[in-house]
Amino acid sequence: MFPIVEAEFIAPDVKRFVIEAPRIARKRRAGQFVIVRVHPHGERIPLTIADGDPRRGVITLIVQGIGKTTKLMNLLEAGESILDLVGPLGRASEVENFGTAVVIGGGVGAAIAYPTAKALREAGNHVISILGGRSRELVILEPEIRAISDEVLVTTDDGSYGRKGLVIDPLKEMIALGRPIDYVLAIGPVRMMQAVAETTRPHHIRTVVSLNSLMVDGTGMCGGCRIITNDGARFACVDGPEFDAHTVNFEILVQRNRAYADREAEELREFQEHTEEMANEVHHWCRLESACPEVGPRG
Amino acid sequence: MSLNKIPPKERTKIPRVHMPEQPAEFRRANFEEVNQGLTILGATTEAIRCLECAKPHCIDGCPVNVNIREFVRLVTEGDYLAAAAKIREDNVLPAITGRVCPQETQCEACCVLGKKHEPLGIGYLERFVADYEREHGVFGIPERAPLTGRKIAIVGSGPAGLSAAGDLVRKGHEVTVFEALHEIGGVLLYGIPQFRLPKEIVEHEVNVLRQMGVDFQTNVVIGKTVTIDELMTEEGYHAVLIATGAGLPKFLEVPGEHYNGVYSANEFLTRVNLMKAYDPSYDEPVFDCRGHDIAVVGGGNTAMDAVRTACRLGARTSYLIYRRSETEMPARLEEVKHAKEEGIQFLCLTNPVEFCGNDKGWLQAVRCIRMELGEPDASGRRSPIPIPGSEFDLPIQMAVIALGTGANPLVQSTTPDLQTNRKGYIAADAETLATSKRGVFAAGDIVTGSATVILAMAAGRKAAASIDQYLQTLSN
Ligand SMILES: Cc1cc2nc3c(=O)[nH]c(=O)nc-3n(C[C@H](O)[C@H](O)[C@H](O)COP(=O)(O)OP(=O)(O)OC[C@H]3O[C@@H](n4cnc5c(N)ncnc54)[C@H](O)[C@@H]3O)c2cc1C
Ligand code: FES
Repeated sequence: MFPIVEAEFIAPDVKRFVIEAPRIARKRRAGQFVIVRVHPHGERIPLTIADGDPRRGVITLIVQGIGKTTKLMNLLEAGESILDLVGPLGRASEVENFGTAVVIGGGVGAAIAYPTAKALREAGNHVISILGGRSRELVILEPEIRAISDEVLVTTDDGSYGRKGLVIDPLKEMIALGRPIDYVLAIGPVRMMQAVAETTRPHHIRTVVSLNSLMVDGTGMCGGCRIITNDGARFACVDGPEFDAHTVNFEILVQRNRAYADREAEELREFQEHTEEMANEVHHWCRLESACPEVGPRG
Repeated sequence: MSLNKIPPKERTKIPRVHMPEQPAEFRRANFEEVNQGLTILGATTEAIRCLECAKPHCIDGCPVNVNIREFVRLVTEGDYLAAAAKIREDNVLPAITGRVCPQETQCEACCVLGKKHEPLGIGYLERFVADYEREHGVFGIPERAPLTGRKIAIVGSGPAGLSAAGDLVRKGHEVTVFEALHEIGGVLLYGIPQFRLPKEIVEHEVNVLRQMGVDFQTNVVIGKTVTIDELMTEEGYHAVLIATGAGLPKFLEVPGEHYNGVYSANEFLTRVNLMKAYDPSYDEPVFDCRGHDIAVVGGGNTAMDAVRTACRLGARTSYLIYRRSETEMPARLEEVKHAKEEGIQFLCLTNPVEFCGNDKGWLQAVRCIRMELGEPDASGRRSPIPIPGSEFDLPIQMAVIALGTGANPLVQSTTPDLQTNRKGYIAADAETLATSKRGVFAAGDIVTGSATVILAMAAGRKAAASIDQYLQTLSN
């Protein structure tokens, strides 16, 4: 049982959770993730750890409600609890003083990029952050990212905030202007990461992406999360989640991520039709178990 | 002393009892247990067949030397609880091993009756008494010795970890089992399917341990959430047992393994067993087998479990592709028989060379090559050799790779002074199961590579005994 101590929406359908998980809080490093299950009939989904405070024994997760599980999770409030939470999983980001580092966060990708950007800054890099979203309210964590960046650029698809366009536009410009860039970290939708990879490839700029493949255990046991790279198959949960963008086969990643698209759409429909019942059920579980700790994690 | 009045000669004339089972055409579409268990009459009749040898070879054939002759005699007397207690002296998981042990290569292979007739149904009888004990709810919680104040961490909740936990808690130690997944049981839970080993049986064993005082902590990945060193320093554990199994999936390493529809056996079985993807009330997705043709690659228990699972998920044709011949298959005999009855198509002496897919990334076919058997290899089995030019395409939409597993390096790589062997398994002393790191022991598949439930259980108990001894050498 992992009690939620804070829960608030920071953008439409995007919720920030602060969760009690002392062991994870102590161990986690930038770039790592947890696997979460929110109800007894639920699936296991990976979520990147956006922040952590070992002193308070808490971690922060930022969740975009896209599918049934994330939408259910976003119904939870402070005082309730997460049924299963395991981590920190995956390798930590490789952080060193590269020189000038460009950190690109598309949508909630900003939440995933934030801890690594912070670590890059602490390691002495000149950090240029590029944040993007479809519209103004989907640009998240801007104040936090401003606080740890030397420069911040914001783009929105509809031009409602920052400049109109995509996150790779400023990157392309910087490259065209001949600004020295030593390292690029891109996190967001797969197509965005792919576009960044293609942009930096001809210039041989070291580029890292954090990949969100489908996972089950998150410990290297199932191989379901495999990513195809130039060096063969790699397991995103133990060899990643960060990979050298120039070695990743993004087409296969897109296809593999769509493996259960039909089923996911069906579940989402079901959720939309029965939101109230499902909400009751998930509240029931998340309260019941936090109310009687002796129930403990079910074995 | 035997009460069996039937002369041995007459006993050999009694045919071996048949295990009542769900009819094949029925069970191939459900996840209920296939074998239904013997009745009291069936069990008594079977037990009477025992010749009560003065030197029972069956006991030598059992990896943990269960006193088979004695427990079978107790069955003939109708004292099933005493029979169960007799088995428990050597085997703490009888309801499980009675279902999943390869009896035909162990105890039953050594049964004298088997020379001329059918061997005694030892596995059936073991299962019978264990089920009787559980169903009659009279299994007493074993007594616990006075608390010693020693804390032991067990990593992994498969048969090795569970059996060690039972022995150590009984000695009065404080035992915590750490499990990476959200449920307890290891392969018994996420690997072996419901239709062969109902989950309630594993749950029962876990509950008994819980009542005995074992503390279970799920969602803890040792090496990630907390390391072995941290357990032994900051968390104050006096000894650690590593029983993490052999959970690393092997792939064929042929082109096209990335297509959607190609699974490792671990992934496919975990989705279906642990996450219950076969039940629509669970959210976990798995390939929708209904109306599709599927193939499983391999010849062991895992392959049989996967192919029979796909069949139950509604596959139209389920193929089993194996590169040697049926005689070399390592799976339990009963599983092979059951699979065939359920209509699984065996393609032996066949090996996949490539998976072919469509432009959307979905599997469409597997290209195979025919094999023939050559000279025996290191394992003593005749090694398969491809027949040039014999390739053919088999249209399928899902494939499961069940080629065995390797050692997951998570614990080893985060415990610097822990020695491993060439294949990455943990090096442990054959007698004490002590590792190169003081106070750390290892047992089960993580030491031996994938083996069996009974061997993992035996190793867990052996490790428990030496951990208990080790703790007595500690001064404070
Ligand atoms: C599908 C299948 C069918 C089988 N059928 C049979 C059969 O019919 N008969 C038979 O005798 N044997 C069978 N086996 C083999 C048998 O199940 C294994 O030999 C046995 O379970 C090994 O036991 P174990 O305790 O060593 O490990 P496991 O049962 O593998 O348990 C290890 C546990 O440790 C956990 N773990 C791993 N790493 C960590 C970590 N870092 N931190 C915390 N926890 C961790 C795992 O999640 C797992 O729960 C089968 C195996 C499979 C896969
Ligand atoms: S999620 Fe199972 S191996 Fe990565």
